Amino acid sequence: MPPALELVDVRKVYRTGLEALKGISLSVAAGDFYALLGPNGAGKSTTIGIITTLVTKTAGTVRVFGHDIDRETRTAKRCIGLVPQEFNFNVWEPVEEIVINQGGYYGLPRPVCKRRARALLEQLDLWDKRREPARELSGGMKRRLMIARALIHEPRLLILDEPTAGVDIEVRRSMWQFLTELNASGTTIILTTHYLEEAERLCRNIGIIDHGELIENTSMQALLNEINMETLILDLEHPVEHLPVIDGAALRHRDDLSLEADVFTGRVNDLFCGLQQAGIRVRSIRNKNNRLEELFMCLVNDDRQQRRERNETGAER
Amino acid sequence: MKNPSLVAFQTLLIREFLRFVRIWMQTILPPVITTTLYFVIFGKLIGRQIGDMQGFSYMDYIVPGLILMSVITNAYANVVSSFYQAKYHHHIEEILVSPTPNFVIIAGYTAGGIARGLTVGLAVMAVAFLFSEVRFEHPWVALGIAVLTCILFSLGGLINAIYANSFDDISIIPNFVLTPLTYLGGVFYSVSILPPIWQKVSLFNPVLYMIDGFRFAMLGKSDIALATSFAIVLLFIAVLYGWCHVLLVRGTGLRS
Ligand SMILES: Nc1ncnc2c1ncn2[C@@H]1O[C@H](COP(=O)(O)OP(=O)(O)O)[C@@H](O)[C@H]1O
Ligand SMILES: [Mg+2]
Repeated sequence: MPPALELVDVRKVYRTGLEALKGISLSVAAGDFYALLGPNGAGKSTTIGIITTLVTKTAGTVRVFGHDIDRETRTAKRCIGLVPQEFNFNVWEPVEEIVINQGGYYGLPRPVCKRRARALLEQLDLWDKRREPARELSGGMKRRLMIARALIHEPRLLILDEPTAGVDIEVRRSMWQFLTELNASGTTIILTTHYLEEAERLCRNIGIIDHGELIENTSMQALLNEINMETLILDLEHPVEHLPVIDGAALRHRDDLSLEADVFTGRVNDLFCGLQQAGIRVRSIRNKNNRLEELFMCLVNDDRQQRRERNETGAER
Repeated sequence: MKNPSLVAFQTLLIREFLRFVRIWMQTILPPVITTTLYFVIFGKLIGRQIGDMQGFSYMDYIVPGLILMSVITNAYANVVSSFYQAKYHHHIEEILVSPTPNFVIIAGYTAGGIARGLTVGLAVMAVAFLFSEVRFEHPWVALGIAVLTCILFSLGGLINAIYANSFDDISIIPNFVLTPLTYLGGVFYSVSILPPIWQKVSLFNPVLYMIDGFRFAMLGKSDIALATSFAIVLLFIAVLYGWCHVLLVRGTGLRS
């Protein structure tokens, strides 16, 4: 089976001259639950805009289940359901009509749309609100309305752009639950987020995008290992020829008088005991900074801040 | 199974129809009131002193022009405001992400414009019938001209909305282009009363042909051959449709 999504060297330069994507290539397998993680302004929404044809790409190829979005646009579009970052429904239209009309644009007969709309609105807890104009809904309900709308044509690939931004914790949990079940039933899901925690809970694979470049594309598990690992640079007093084997750390030579050590967070002590036993004397120690780490810091900070905010709102109840 | 494009078209048409019906106080009532005032002031009060125009009482003479003027204004207004709002509030994206082909998008919005143009046209006609004895000499010609006029101005409204970046942009064309063209297109007078040079200039005004054709359909008398009127209107429709299509293919104003 072809991958659910394939991007090959996709670039975007906006009319303002801003280079939002600098050549992104990635592939998401059918059935995957994939997170596109990155700080604000990284290019996540631009990527999604290109996949859904709302943004025209400057260069590159996009295939959805093997269908090229330039050459087989309509077939590709049928495969995709989109939940955009910003609310984009007509706020004066009643909830049910918004969902049913969307089915109409996909060419589904009205009775089919009605039946599916009912099922989706019930699942997403919006059935009681079906006659109300969309502007009457709360933020979380509006987000769920967009999920219902995106699923009306039963897409094989659901793309959600920051679906839980500004949504309170309970709604977020039930949304996670809903998405997990949807994925289990076979729908490929891609979501963007700048919350590490969300990606960690839901996704099997992850791409990290920053300044328009994909800087990591790996499994969630591998990423977590990497995050929980620190790389230290050790400056030595004397050159060392044979490196000791130390549990919980990996040593390698950097140059004659310095080593690099990958250490799991919390096991720095083991490293030092090991070095001591081997008679290696360390003059100074510092963290090796790389872009990935800096990015994690930034993401993690976002995450912490979000948790803090959530705790505050939690306390208010 | 039904053709998906047909379903998408129906969906758009019904949505557009419900939109202007829901806000009938803003869409249907005002033109009816305005034209009633025209009939009272120009037709009844001033018209009495003007006397005949080409052998008809002034009231009778202006009936076709006033009906068609409301058709023009409303077909245009419906599409320009509906489409621009969809763009402004981003719900146009609902259609843009769907497999709906461009010609269906154009057809759907145009059909909405026809629905509004004809609805208001019929309402104004009903008012006109209270003031005037004039009826349709050639009802099918009237319907043909009215529908083609709706199509032409719906396409115009769509192009305007695609280019527009602000609510100002969607009132500039109606105020500075459409209204003058309509007034100078012979709603209130026969171009034959103009000095020859201005008669020639008027021939460049497409609205003239529509009003003249519609007047022929009601009064049975016109300044220009009916076939010419139809040909010119069809030509304009073809050009505007092509323009719309190119804009949608390019994604002008819609896809960043
Ligand atoms: N329509 C646009 N025109 C010009 N620049 C844009 C447009 N949309 C986004 N950008 C810029 O492109 C970059 C990437 O934006 P975006 O894809 O929205 O990031 P993200 O979704 O990851 O926060 C940002 O610098 C943003 O300011
Ligand atoms: Mg974004």
